[in-house]
Amino acid sequence: SMEERRYRSSSGAPIALRCRQHSASCWELAVRCPRLQLRSLSAVTSAIWLAAYGLFVLSENSMVLSAAVFITLIGLIIYLHFVKIDQESLLVIGSLGVQVTSSYASGKESTTFIEMSQVKDVVINEAIYMQKVIYYLCILLQDPRDPQVVSEVVPLFQSSKPRLDCLIEVYKSCQEILEQRKTVPQSS
Amino acid sequence: MVLKVFFPSCCSSAESGILIGRWISEQNSAVVLAVVHFPFIPAQVKQYLSEVQRATKVNVSVLGSWSNSKQEKEESLSKFLEDLGTIFAHEPWIQISKEGDSKFWSCSTLQKHSNNPKEEEIILVYYDQRKVMLSHLHPPLDTATSTDHTTDDTSKLSAIFDTVARSKVLFMTDRYDDGPIKLTHWQSDGVEASIIVELLKQAAVPVCVLLTFLLSLIAGVCRSRVLKVWPLSFLWSKLSTCEQLGHRLQHLQLISSNKKAQTQAQLMRKANIFVSLLIDVALGILLMSWLYRKNRIGHLADALVPVADHVAEELQDLLQWLMGAPAGLKMNRALDQVLGRFFLYHIHLWISYIHLLSPFIEMILWYVGLSACLGLTVALCILSDIIALLTFHIYCFYVYGARLYCLKIYGLSSLWRLFRGKKWNVLRQRVDSCSYDLDQLFIGTLLFTILLFLLPTTALYYLVFTLLRLLVVIVQGVIHLLVDLIDSLPLYSIILRLCRSYRLAAGVKFRVLEQQDGKPLRLLMQINPLSYSSVVRTYRLPTYSCYPKDSWTSLCKKLFLGELIYPWKHKGEKQD
Repeated sequence: SMEERRYRSSSGAPIALRCRQHSASCWELAVRCPRLQLRSLSAVTSAIWLAAYGLFVLSENSMVLSAAVFITLIGLIIYLHFVKIDQESLLVIGSLGVQVTSSYASGKESTTFIEMSQVKDVVINEAIYMQKVIYYLCILLQDPRDPQVVSEVVPLFQSSKPRLDCLIEVYKSCQEILEQRKTVPQSS
Repeated sequence: MVLKVFFPSCCSSAESGILIGRWISEQNSAVVLAVVHFPFIPAQVKQYLSEVQRATKVNVSVLGSWSNSKQEKEESLSKFLEDLGTIFAHEPWIQISKEGDSKFWSCSTLQKHSNNPKEEEIILVYYDQRKVMLSHLHPPLDTATSTDHTTDDTSKLSAIFDTVARSKVLFMTDRYDDGPIKLTHWQSDGVEASIIVELLKQAAVPVCVLLTFLLSLIAGVCRSRVLKVWPLSFLWSKLSTCEQLGHRLQHLQLISSNKKAQTQAQLMRKANIFVSLLIDVALGILLMSWLYRKNRIGHLADALVPVADHVAEELQDLLQWLMGAPAGLKMNRALDQVLGRFFLYHIHLWISYIHLLSPFIEMILWYVGLSACLGLTVALCILSDIIALLTFHIYCFYVYGARLYCLKIYGLSSLWRLFRGKKWNVLRQRVDSCSYDLDQLFIGTLLFTILLFLLPTTALYYLVFTLLRLLVVIVQGVIHLLVDLIDSLPLYSIILRLCRSYRLAAGVKFRVLEQQDGKPLRLLMQINPLSYSSVVRTYRLPTYSCYPKDSWTSLCKKLFLGELIYPWKHKGEKQD
């Protein structure tokens, strides 16, 4: 069963949350970030090319123009491949683990899988950033040998930064599956 | 609890049979390794499994049944498969059946002694057997350092990788073997082997023996007493070429030793050293062929003496400038002339020696250039040594200037204390007050004034020569950085990560396949390769050089006090 809902990110940009339940113990939650705006792209490109044209007029060297074109292209490729994240998704499989995927605008996907024995809990944390209070979802990790201590905190949805209403939806679905492992006795 | 079945994707099209593999009860998961086809005799299957268990130390057993029927499910077949569950007692007995070409398989379990009457959920995870067997799982760095070896704590994933990797023996029988058991696994269509690899393995043994013998001869010669006589041993320790050659000799000894690599880390290290040596020698030979074509090395030798002359002339001009009024500062004329003439005479001596050597330089350079075939790193080290030799006079000037300046600073500080009526107490390592006699005070103050007014001259000479020395040190440092980079880069690991990324695994990733209601959850498990930075960090080769240990503040302090600085210290060298 698949659902898509619209929310806003903490900076006001529109984002979409897609929840999909594959089975009783498997949820896939994907947040889609706002796409690259055409107006910001054209603004940056025109700024660089105008500056290069100004330099060309001053120095009479046509290499400046070709260098500017080259830099713009390379910069765009680097931005799309390493910086611009299109979609961040969370796949929770009961008794296997949690998988966090970020897909970049160029199609590259970077995935991390965290085994269930290392997941202590999924919580919504609040942080004070400059003048704002922002909420973020994070996974608390534990060392399987010492379950009382939180060994690491992995923040999720860092580039889409959804607001609290979206985070609550994700939190509820995650807790549904995480609770299952408490009701079923785990063999140590 | 959820039951997880790890099914190899190569067995998806196998004929009906029984599933063999390992049951991990702590995780409630079954790792299927192969499918045994009908007809078989259960006793022979059990005997085969116990043999495999002994050979691989993996607890292989019969897990369940697999039926792949082209038509509708037959009642008799399903009853037969259930009866098999009684022969091979395994708890729980897993039954997987596939109808026709349908993607959605039905999976059920038979629990005889179940205390949980509820039907438990089943997750079917497909994995690529060949890739999982060949890959090596790298745990995150913080857990790798822990020394806990209890198998209970190993993560689920490493248990699965371990199971498949250790069952190599099971995958050695293919369908062309005449045995009582017919298996299907990733190699059942024929064992993979490469003729080239086998030939290389056979040829490597005598080559290694020969190499070990030659290396032991060379090492014996190097360790002989003749070369340890004092002037020579001092020379060897100062030349970076000898260090690099020694380092490479160690590498050669490591790869030509006939001890087989025990762990994966040792194997990768040997492979990295081998590839690094190969590339190094190839680049060195390329450089050599470029140098010797069109007699470029002759041109280089011809240009060397004029360059040395030019440097000496520039230094003379600099000293003349210092002897005048440098940057508008007024120097003490007498001291200035003394120092200036002293250094000028030094340069004159140096130029004479260079001119004395000039007829031999071409020949020396020609033979030294031949040693570039030992590797690009050796050539770079030779370049660094040539630079050090050519700028030896700058080094001498720096040492003279620094010692003079250092003496002056110590004298000044001690006399300053006298000026204020204090003294350095060596016993207590602190400054104490002291009453001086009148004549002591008089002479002390006189000397203090003299030293103070001579300070700008000495300081200027010291500053100029320190800057020159730092320039040379920076150039040498860049060359050594390059050599270090070539030495320590794990090229084999990087190429492996590029071409066969599944061999170096950081973890796994799951992909959810098409689902159908009522059928178990289908997932595809793929290998998540290690990132390039982790590859370089994990498999870096250790080198002999270490980066400067002094922080910027201590370096500046040493420069201010006039202490000699040796920024690039090698491991094993004692500080002066």
